[in-house]
Amino acid sequence: MIDVNRQGEVWIFAEAEGGKLSDVPLELLGKGRELADILSVPLGAVLPGDGVADLAETLFAHGADRVYLAEHPMLAHYQAATYSKVICKLIETHKPQICLYGATPIGRDLAPTVASTMKCGLTADCTDLQIGDHTELKSKEHHEKLLLQIRPAFGGNIIATIVNPRRWPQMATVREGVMKMPEPQAGLTGELIRCEVSLDGFQAPLEIIETHRREKKVNLKAARIIVAGGAGVGSRDNFRLIWDLANCLGAAVGGSRAAVDLGFVENDHQVGQTGTTVRPALYIACGISGAVQHRAGMDESAKIVVINTDPDAPIFSVAHYGIVGDLNDVIPRMIKAIRGGEHIQDLAKAAQA
Amino acid sequence: MGYNCVVCAKQVPDTKQITGDAMKEDGTVNRGALPTIFNPEDLNALEEALAIRDAHGGTVTVLTMGPPAACDLLRESLFRGADRGILITDRRAAASDTLATSYILACAVRKLEPDIVLCGRQAIDGDTAQVGPQLAEKLGFPVVTYLEQLQSLEDDVIRVKRNVGNGWEVVSCKLPVLLTVMETANTPRPRAARRMMKYKKALAPLELADADAGQLDTLKEKGLLLEAWTLDDIGAEMAWCGVDGSPTKVHRIQSVVLTGGEYHELPPTDEGVAELIGELIEEHTIG
Ligand SMILES: Cc1cc2nc3c(=O)[nH]c(=O)nc-3n(C[C@H](O)[C@H](O)[C@H](O)COP(=O)(O)OP(=O)(O)OC[C@H]3O[C@@H](n4cnc5c(N)ncnc54)[C@H](O)[C@@H]3O)c2cc1C
Ligand SMILES: Nc1ncnc2c1ncn2[C@@H]1O[C@H](COP(=O)(O)O)[C@@H](O)[C@H]1O
Repeated sequence: MIDVNRQGEVWIFAEAEGGKLSDVPLELLGKGRELADILSVPLGAVLPGDGVADLAETLFAHGADRVYLAEHPMLAHYQAATYSKVICKLIETHKPQICLYGATPIGRDLAPTVASTMKCGLTADCTDLQIGDHTELKSKEHHEKLLLQIRPAFGGNIIATIVNPRRWPQMATVREGVMKMPEPQAGLTGELIRCEVSLDGFQAPLEIIETHRREKKVNLKAARIIVAGGAGVGSRDNFRLIWDLANCLGAAVGGSRAAVDLGFVENDHQVGQTGTTVRPALYIACGISGAVQHRAGMDESAKIVVINTDPDAPIFSVAHYGIVGDLNDVIPRMIKAIRGGEHIQDLAKAAQA
Repeated sequence: MGYNCVVCAKQVPDTKQITGDAMKEDGTVNRGALPTIFNPEDLNALEEALAIRDAHGGTVTVLTMGPPAACDLLRESLFRGADRGILITDRRAAASDTLATSYILACAVRKLEPDIVLCGRQAIDGDTAQVGPQLAEKLGFPVVTYLEQLQSLEDDVIRVKRNVGNGWEVVSCKLPVLLTVMETANTPRPRAARRMMKYKKALAPLELADADAGQLDTLKEKGLLLEAWTLDDIGAEMAWCGVDGSPTKVHRIQSVVLTGGEYHELPPTDEGVAELIGELIEEHTIG
């Protein structure tokens, strides 16, 4: 536990498993920059690992003012005991006011361990972070400029805003894809701080015997257009329709969890709270009812087109364009219309007239 | 060599069944209107523990913190094969966040001196997945999250395959250890009919209208006594429990309201589809 420290920095955990930065820490830098600017404090990135010094450049380019580099052979592979030991030490020394982690398998293992050691609060899977004031209900004590940690709860039926007024640092995890990644700026630099790591003689409890990592096959986050299918598609064979529409739009294919569970499409394609959060220019939802957990992962798409036989399906609540109809009938018409190319604008005009 | 396993399990509202009625006017959840269930992944944790006992001997104790109604979860555990059920129930534990919950569970687990503690990966009411790692830290046990397969258990060394999202790894470590178990690790065994016949009569003292010592002894003799512990029984310090022990506070709760129907509806005809595609091209969304 550290004292409330108004000058404390905003920190993000720079997860670099396998010697590479994933997208999450860079996304966190975007949000972190915003928060640090409101608080008028520096933005720091904590980078544990072995031989990862080169990654500091990328962190600076995405907005970090300082990189706390903690290198040690024992940090080459992540494990909760070693990483939390190093991070807790840094927190005690530098007393940051906010620490953000990606809600990745590593972040969700590390952050609770750190929170338990520091006896501070932790809010999981935030979908937004803001700075704001809070008055305690009982004592009426007023706290200025706290981290407002906003997250869905109860299966997405409520949105809760959580604060940690007293026991700092204020910590939260954020799911991949939820925050926008800032554009890297080549000119940006910052201060590289090499931290002393005292792990000599420490016995790491886990022996890591084998590791197998596979690259994600689909990158939904980078897709400009996503065509997504749900249980309403009916079968894996019929999912061909979704692939066909996606192909003729140059789009990626997404799926609801029901579609994944039914084996229509692989789980890399899942959109939603427990899948990928996406915000493409266009999201076409076919045969998806729009459960809260699904909407949470796609409702920030710039344009949403819905095709569903049920006019009362909740997915229509986030739609910009909606067609109440059978996808087996509508999708072939769409493919025809898109392939139709030139004529289409005329047809459209005719329809509007 | 047998292993003493403690399974931490939580009774949770069935978030899939949440309808309008479950939300109160002020945006808070009307817990009374929700059916409660055994947190799904805690059933996987229980199954993993039962499998360890079946293979190596030892005991399986299920520990839950919650209101008296959580006795149902303990009976359910007995139906499925657990040896012992313990409820931690105390008004002063109400409103505990994950840090306070893990502190309280740690005080109770220590009394049980387990070799292996098993948690579900996460509970569906909050999906935080924090209590497992925090409980391990409090106990000073190593934590292995996302267990997908227990590969071996020999003497005091366990070897586990864990899911790390974009792949998997195999790790080994010495006991005692805390494991968090994924849904994909196993298929929970069903209730056993004979155990149901017997344990549906299992009761905690607080479920007896006016329990006399004799009644409690009879239950205990028959192995039908569910234990209920208070915070005093486990020596918990109040500063770390309940509201006081919880650094996180709720600032605001909003219920999610669907904003209905502000979209452009098009008919499922060639013309409708053409208009849609035409507009998307015109606004440069596609094309
Ligand atoms: C903790 C938790 C996390 C979850 N995470 C996710 C997640 O990340 N992503 C996710 O998607 N879900 C998630 N879910 C599951 C979610 O609650 C829903 O069960 C799921 O999204 C439903 O998928 P669906 O819309 O495809 O299926 P259904 O709800 O079965 O809907 C099918 C829809 O298809 C329509 N339809 C049927 N036939 C046709 C046709 N011929 N033409 C057009 N329309 C048709 C129907 O009207 C219906 O609206 C999660 C659940 C939990 C409890
Ligand atoms: N009140 C509780 N009683 C017993 N076990 C719990 C309790 N809360 C959480 N757990 C355990 O911790 C796991 C993770 O919970 P959570 O951090 O709430 O997602 C659950 O799957 C349970 O195994």
